[in-house]
Amino acid sequence: MPDSGQAKTRAAEAQPHIVGQSIRHDSAEKHVSGLAQYIDDIPEPSGTLQIYLAQSSRAHARLLKLDVSAVRSAQGVACVLTAADVPGKNDYSPIMGDDPIFAEDKVEYVGQCLFAVAAETLAQARAASALAVVEYEDLPAVLTIDAAREADLTLEPSQVMRLGDAQGEIAKAPRRLWGHVAIGGQDHFYLEGHIAMAAPKEDGDVHVWSSTQNPSEVQHIVAKALGIRDHGVVVENRRMGGGFGGKETQPSLMAAVAALAAVKTGRPAKLRLDRDDDMVMTGKRHDFEVDWSVGFDDQGRLKGATFDLASRCGYSYDLSGSINDRAMFHSDNAYFLNAAEIVSHRFKTHTVSNTAFRGFGGPQGMIAIERAMDAIALSLGADPLDVRLANLYGPGRDLTPYGQVVEDSIAKELMERLAETSDYRKRRAAILEWNRTSPVLKRGIALTPVKFGISFTATHLNQAGALVHVYTDGSVMLNHGGTEMGQGLYIKVAQVVAEVFGIELERVRITATATDKVPNTSATAASSGSDLNGMAALDAAQRIRQRLIDFACQEFGCGPEQVSFANNTVQAGATELPFQELVRRAYFNRVGLSATGYYKTPKIHYDRSKHQGRPFFYYAYGAAVSEVAIDTLTGENRTLRVDILHDVGRSLNPAIDLGQIEGGFIQGMGWLTTEELVYDDQGRLRTHAPSTYKIPACSDRPKDFRIDLWDGPNREETIYRSKAVGEPPLMLAISVFSALTQAVASVGDHRIMPDLDAPATPERILKAVDDVRRRSAQ
Amino acid sequence: MRETIRFLLDGEPRELGGVDPTLTVLQLLRGPLRRPGTKEGCAEGDCGACTVALGEFDAKGKVQWRAVNACILFAPMLDGRALMTVESLKQGDALHPVQQAMVQTHGSQCGFCTPGFVMSLWVRDQKGAGCDMPVEDVLAGNLCRCTGYGPIAEAAAVADGLPKPKTVDQASALKALDVAESLGLAWDDPQAGRTRRWFSPRSLAELADLAEQYPQAVILAGATDVGLWVTKQHRALDTVIWIGDVAELKTMAETEAGLRIGAGVRYSDAYAALAERLPDLGEMMRRLGSVQVRNSGTIGGNIANGSPIGDMPPALIAAGATLTLRLGGKTRDLPLEDYFLAYGKQDRAPGEFVEAVTVHPAGPDRFYRVYKLSKRFDQDISAVCAGIALDIKDGQIEAARIAFGGMAATPKRASNAEQALAGQAFDEATVDLACKALETDFAPIDDMRASAAYRMASAKNLLRRAYLEWRGEASTRVLEVEALDA
Ligand SMILES: Cc1cc2nc3c(=O)[nH]c(=O)nc-3n(C[C@H](O)[C@H](O)[C@H](O)COP(=O)(O)OP(=O)(O)OC[C@H]3O[C@@H](n4cnc5c(N)ncnc54)[C@H](O)[C@@H]3O)c2cc1C
Ligand code: FES
Ligand code: FES
Repeated sequence: MPDSGQAKTRAAEAQPHIVGQSIRHDSAEKHVSGLAQYIDDIPEPSGTLQIYLAQSSRAHARLLKLDVSAVRSAQGVACVLTAADVPGKNDYSPIMGDDPIFAEDKVEYVGQCLFAVAAETLAQARAASALAVVEYEDLPAVLTIDAAREADLTLEPSQVMRLGDAQGEIAKAPRRLWGHVAIGGQDHFYLEGHIAMAAPKEDGDVHVWSSTQNPSEVQHIVAKALGIRDHGVVVENRRMGGGFGGKETQPSLMAAVAALAAVKTGRPAKLRLDRDDDMVMTGKRHDFEVDWSVGFDDQGRLKGATFDLASRCGYSYDLSGSINDRAMFHSDNAYFLNAAEIVSHRFKTHTVSNTAFRGFGGPQGMIAIERAMDAIALSLGADPLDVRLANLYGPGRDLTPYGQVVEDSIAKELMERLAETSDYRKRRAAILEWNRTSPVLKRGIALTPVKFGISFTATHLNQAGALVHVYTDGSVMLNHGGTEMGQGLYIKVAQVVAEVFGIELERVRITATATDKVPNTSATAASSGSDLNGMAALDAAQRIRQRLIDFACQEFGCGPEQVSFANNTVQAGATELPFQELVRRAYFNRVGLSATGYYKTPKIHYDRSKHQGRPFFYYAYGAAVSEVAIDTLTGENRTLRVDILHDVGRSLNPAIDLGQIEGGFIQGMGWLTTEELVYDDQGRLRTHAPSTYKIPACSDRPKDFRIDLWDGPNREETIYRSKAVGEPPLMLAISVFSALTQAVASVGDHRIMPDLDAPATPERILKAVDDVRRRSAQ
Repeated sequence: MRETIRFLLDGEPRELGGVDPTLTVLQLLRGPLRRPGTKEGCAEGDCGACTVALGEFDAKGKVQWRAVNACILFAPMLDGRALMTVESLKQGDALHPVQQAMVQTHGSQCGFCTPGFVMSLWVRDQKGAGCDMPVEDVLAGNLCRCTGYGPIAEAAAVADGLPKPKTVDQASALKALDVAESLGLAWDDPQAGRTRRWFSPRSLAELADLAEQYPQAVILAGATDVGLWVTKQHRALDTVIWIGDVAELKTMAETEAGLRIGAGVRYSDAYAALAERLPDLGEMMRRLGSVQVRNSGTIGGNIANGSPIGDMPPALIAAGATLTLRLGGKTRDLPLEDYFLAYGKQDRAPGEFVEAVTVHPAGPDRFYRVYKLSKRFDQDISAVCAGIALDIKDGQIEAARIAFGGMAATPKRASNAEQALAGQAFDEATVDLACKALETDFAPIDDMRASAAYRMASAKNLLRRAYLEWRGEASTRVLEVEALDA
């Protein structure tokens, strides 16, 4: 019989006390004192070369001539790299083999990399690059979705997802509506731009520091470019200054060039894009054009819905397949469509290849159905919240268009609670009243849900590895395949490991992600960082813990159930000893104190050819209420108050999670309001710096901003029953877009659905206001 | 002339010679000085990741700190100043309260913007220039892509409540730098094979001489435009004459003709006086650039620059202003609007420079408005900026001065609209006519900030807004509304 002391210890252990705490970011003190090292801060080895990338000035052209002889002989130049200088494969694409590191016989977007110059200084490299003789023969450039549709230029066949007979159901439905919405792209605007530094090693090997969310992929691509094996390349990253998906596939270009230069010259080489080059050369969120139609009954319940999703993928495939798949997956957002037909076109254009961005197509997918909800409500004269509630997934209404049954929907309870805590109904009434007496300024309010599927939809990516060492002084070194870009992954996983050993967090040292520590990792993406790496680290730590338990049983003659770890102390039967003492003794008894851990997500499967299966392990939910005001003379607008209730399961670290929610929301708000990518008719990006591309500033944050965490555990067995949090909150910002729509609709007495495209800049809002006024006067 | 730059770093004197005078302070810090804590996010003054603090003597002889963007500050502009960076703040192992507060509120995620925020908050903590504003304004020049700003704004409040550490007054060290002799640098650019020159004259006479001697020199004030020529356009500047140490140009004076603002007066120093006289101008200036930009940038530079999208010209043309130019020993005055001749062309002779701008006083019947339209409220270049000044007596418009930025190739008066208004009753019909007249005044263009159609439509609506505000019947300021209580 265990005595009561032990029982207490175990009870305490059952209640995790490091996991679940609001522990500060592991690098917080270094961040605030300027001591956190980013790649550009690492002291450069002497003789480090600086690299400049020369870019195509044409959107689509044959490359008739690329003469770099004058560049080669320019002052300070150590080497010039063109396609001909790549010993291995001239490609940095993640999947398709269609992203040349250096252009060969054609260029396909303005900004495409032509060649690289490595020189003693960046100024020399840049100046030298201008000496190249480049001759183009222009070819017709397809720049927009419309133009690509016209030219029938696609990257892969259009995909279709079906549930029942949508066309038939819509035709039969008592009411029908349709609409079109254009949704702009978004630049990631991570504060740290793309960068890589490479140092040559013996045997033609290379060490690469890369600001990447995907070290393993960078490793593979660098090795392929050099024509060497993966084991000759180590890719390392301690932290990024933001990623948001922009550093999932794009870093390979910088890393490959830096590695090529380093190996060729035998000198370290660094390639850092300045802000303009970064914005021009690297991919962004896909912009979309969506046509939707719905059939519904007098209560606003959907009978069927069709979506025609068209996206601008840019000149190459990148991850566009999965991104557009995810747009399809989220066309339903949180709603049961009854019958659905979702068609998705992946258009090729002569613009930069668009890439992953927080939400990965999901946000674009959700916009149309939320537009439909607003339109239905306006047509019925109903509160849009009621229409939304009436359409949620629920018992018996739980089948998604891709065949997954929604088992875990908490959207209804969550939205109802939020409606109550935010006083949504009363405020809506007050706003309608206020608008009657305010001719110039108009307000709007909207409550929208988010249901976001968690897992990589490419099933094989849902695996992770970790490495844990326990040293004889009781300190622990932790390494895993996940990368740190500010989201707090390192601290969360460290919390898990500290929890397993019952030791304080200070004893766990988190080390830079590196391909020679944990191999074959997936990108830190799809919000999966802590789900996957937390589990892998848990596995590794538990293996060592089990060995320690076995040893303790032997040593102290107790049963395994009598061994527990807490407060830096191990209780083994009647013996209590410091953790490090147990470790020391285990070492002398030749117990292995290092382990790798591994995890793969259970239950998921997906047949992409039919678009059927269970792509997601679970869903994360959330909802937001936004109140906005617009100026109907200028279109200027403001988000005044936001209330969020978000589901992170049982939070591993509430402070970190709240940070993700708030930051994600503001980023989504920027996407839908002020952030506008403008290309000219030559395919040149006109908004390639913060002077013209406007992400939210401090004062854009709503003055009144309330965020709460939903308090239920994940019903699936995830790491301590938590849920992923990286991406879902971004889509809470759709409530801002809906609220703006409502505000615009007020000028037509809420009878006309405004045509409003995203981003809702002052210009677009004014246009929508004038349009509603004109239509309501008719 | 003195050939080395003298400044304080962490309160300690430093001397710097033999550097490219257009090396930025950010490059200097991250390179030769090996202080990589200060980050580059944009190299154009827009993100604040490079924010550092510059200390200089204020009018009362005390050290006043200002947050500035190191990425567009040239190294010689450190001369005679005290520099503090994010690495300067810890005392031993103890974080400064603003650092401590940032940690406590979870104010950093990826941490890349953090050094800049910390410096903005530190200067605020020192009651530095331009910081007497709500915290959102103080932080408008610092972009963060991760946090959503809440925790950072909260850190400001938390820091306010923390005990202050002892700070060392840098006044005597600053005085001891001894920079009375003017700075003059010559640096051989190995790349271009040319000599680059820099002058920091310390008197108006010296400046006038140098400007005549080097008529092709770039006259530099705050470098919030010129800095970008170097960091973004990669232009090599051969000769630079900086006016930042010319005492006579840094004064403001009440004269008979109005408020005379020297060409070296920075926005943040002129703000209070202008905002008091013309509250709407103050509101526009609150949104112009950011604390960092207003701490470096000058009104004179905004005018001299001649940009069609500068905000001060339309505001000041409407208010009525005279520009004073100097060539050698001679000055001449001209109405501000006459300075702008055509796109990229101003009425300024080689060797001539802007000495001051005088803002005329307004009579009691003056109705004055400035409206700045942009995609984002803070720190965004205007799509359209309107300055509207109407003298209205008994409902009759006696005189109208209206000027727009963003509507033409220069800042320009809307003379036809002015005519439609002058002498008329201020009513809807008159406003409609004035709106119509704008179509003959302007043919705006499409660009990434707005379409021609939006520019025209919103310009008209700004006249309507002015009318509604004069009537005082409807609320028209979206920035002033707050969420409704249920
Ligand atoms: C992030 C950022 C945001 C900005 N936001 C705004 C904004 O919202 N609105 C706006 O209007 N502007 C904005 N600007 C532009 C800029 O701040 C202004 O134009 C500024 O007033 C220029 O002043 P300066 O002292 O920095 O001039 P400088 O950069 O030093 O000089 C600008 C030009 O004026 C000339 N010049 C300067 N002084 C004189 C003189 N005394 N005699 C003759 N020529 C002279 C220079 O040769 C140069 O051609 C912004 C700039 C930045 C970097
Ligand atoms: S680096 Fe962005 S403001 Fe200086
Ligand atoms: S913490 Fe990442 S940009 Fe601010």
